[in-house]
Amino acid sequence: MLQEISNTMHKKPKLRLVALLTAPILWLVVAYLGALATLLVAAFFTIDSFTGNVIQTFNLGNFHDMFTDAAYKNVVLRTVGIALLVTVVCTVLAIPMAFYMAKIAKPRSQKILVALILTPLWASYLVKIYAWRTMLEPGNGVLDWLLGPLGFSSPGFGGPAIIIGLSYLWLPYMILPIYAGLERLPNNLLDASGDLGAHNWHTFRRIVLPLIFPSLVAGSMFTFSLSLGDYITATIIGGKLQMLGNVVYQNFSINLPFAATIATIPVTIMAIYLWMVRRTGALASL
Amino acid sequence: MSGSTIVSIRSLKRSFGDVRAVDGIDLDITEGEFLTLLGPSGSGKTTVLRMIAGFEKPDSGTITLAGKDVSQLPPYERDVNTVFQDYALFPHMDVLANIEYGLRVKGFAKQECRSRALTALKQIRLEGYENRKPAQLSGGQRQRVALARALVNQPAVLLLDEPLGALDLKLREQMQIELKALQREVGITFVFVTHDQEEALSMSDRIAVFNHGKIEQIGTPREIYENPKSEFVSEFVGQTNRIEYDGKKINIRPEFVTISRASSTGGRSVQGTLRDAIFVGASTRYLFDTSIGFPMISTQSNNQLKVGDVVTLSWQEEKEFLVQQ
Repeated sequence: MLQEISNTMHKKPKLRLVALLTAPILWLVVAYLGALATLLVAAFFTIDSFTGNVIQTFNLGNFHDMFTDAAYKNVVLRTVGIALLVTVVCTVLAIPMAFYMAKIAKPRSQKILVALILTPLWASYLVKIYAWRTMLEPGNGVLDWLLGPLGFSSPGFGGPAIIIGLSYLWLPYMILPIYAGLERLPNNLLDASGDLGAHNWHTFRRIVLPLIFPSLVAGSMFTFSLSLGDYITATIIGGKLQMLGNVVYQNFSINLPFAATIATIPVTIMAIYLWMVRRTGALASL
Repeated sequence: MSGSTIVSIRSLKRSFGDVRAVDGIDLDITEGEFLTLLGPSGSGKTTVLRMIAGFEKPDSGTITLAGKDVSQLPPYERDVNTVFQDYALFPHMDVLANIEYGLRVKGFAKQECRSRALTALKQIRLEGYENRKPAQLSGGQRQRVALARALVNQPAVLLLDEPLGALDLKLREQMQIELKALQREVGITFVFVTHDQEEALSMSDRIAVFNHGKIEQIGTPREIYENPKSEFVSEFVGQTNRIEYDGKKINIRPEFVTISRASSTGGRSVQGTLRDAIFVGASTRYLFDTSIGFPMISTQSNNQLKVGDVVTLSWQEEKEFLVQQ
């Protein structure tokens, strides 16, 4: 039976392709593009303010509200700002860490370090953020207890807390691509640069950075987009501060079409980001 | 050799774990010479080169460059440049940027860098290739760019780490000639690492033969070949017949063993029965079983011998050499 199928498949390459790709394409179209399309369409619907029912007629009102209300503009700017800062923090922390792992550590500790970087990814997101809540808690949190004697205090809940929390959450996604990029970077290029008279900082800027740029871009796509869409971290340690995700979440039960309208913003920003990245040529060498 | 000493190495040692890669080396390199560090892989020759360049720090001992102790200095503070085994060209820079790199780093004016790099490009006959990326070059071209990138800095010493290893035989032989000519032209001291004895013999002013982290012998190619001081050197550089004759242990190179059909003519001679003949192009290696019980090889121009033929093998006494056991 299996033999027969296999023989038929061998004779008909098209059938083979269909068998191979039907499931993934169905998944992509229905679950992925379908959801996105629904979101986009719903963004143009409105809601009956009395009954709360969705009225399925095309209408630009939501977009008009979103663009004219300064509050939304502020949320967008704040969210993009946070996502950028998180990306910068992750990059600055990840490069030396990845460099140590790829170029300095012995092969044995290299494997241990990779495992250590991956370990937090197995823990629940919520657990990690609540842990940070305990740490950041003003007055009796771990940070205050640690830093208090030194004259510092916890930043408390708010923007800095969100940046700390998100940077902590997404750091592995930045370290791993940079680590992979540095692994591929031949050591003798670093030797050659030093040999030609370049100090370490010069070698880093002129040789290492340009050659791992695609890895930085890969990492930033994770840290930036994951931060852009986050709302749980903001809810738990953000204090009164809101991110785009919070606005979507709040509107979700009251005004679904408007929530969809807000949700188109991060999608658009990500599309613009990818387009910019594409222009640098970094995607081609990923 | 009349020049002064440019690099002076004393009691140099370096271990990797339990392996003593370099085990106490003394070496003086003369200004302007072409010195080859020859040895099998793992003999310590590359580690010595890397310590001169500054990529490895010695465990003990000193390296003096032009009178200054550089043993603990980073690579960027040593007046030496390296041509790497796999070239190590910067893949994101074009040929010109690669060659200019060292000059730019040292802060030369843009114009100066450009004109010196273009001169170097001409020297290696790659004019017109300045805007190519390394990936768009052939192996031999990359090799030459790596050479230009190092030489353009006019270092006191140029270090070459098996630079011809990745090239095919024809290109390799051509590059050997070019490299030697280039060295004469620029007059810079070359320290060349190779495991290829023919390459070492044909290019060097002097050869240092490495074994187990030590220098077995140092001398001109002729001295090394005709008067090897140890069994290792005689085996590693060329082939050797090691026999006992008249109760004495002697060594004789295969090309000095002549074959004749006449019976013994006095002097050094033994009777040999041809066991095998290996044709190697310009000559043939004849393998004999001899009357004294030791197998012998004679390398001669092609001859009409057949397996089983009985002949007389003879050689001149002064071609024999003794080695330490």
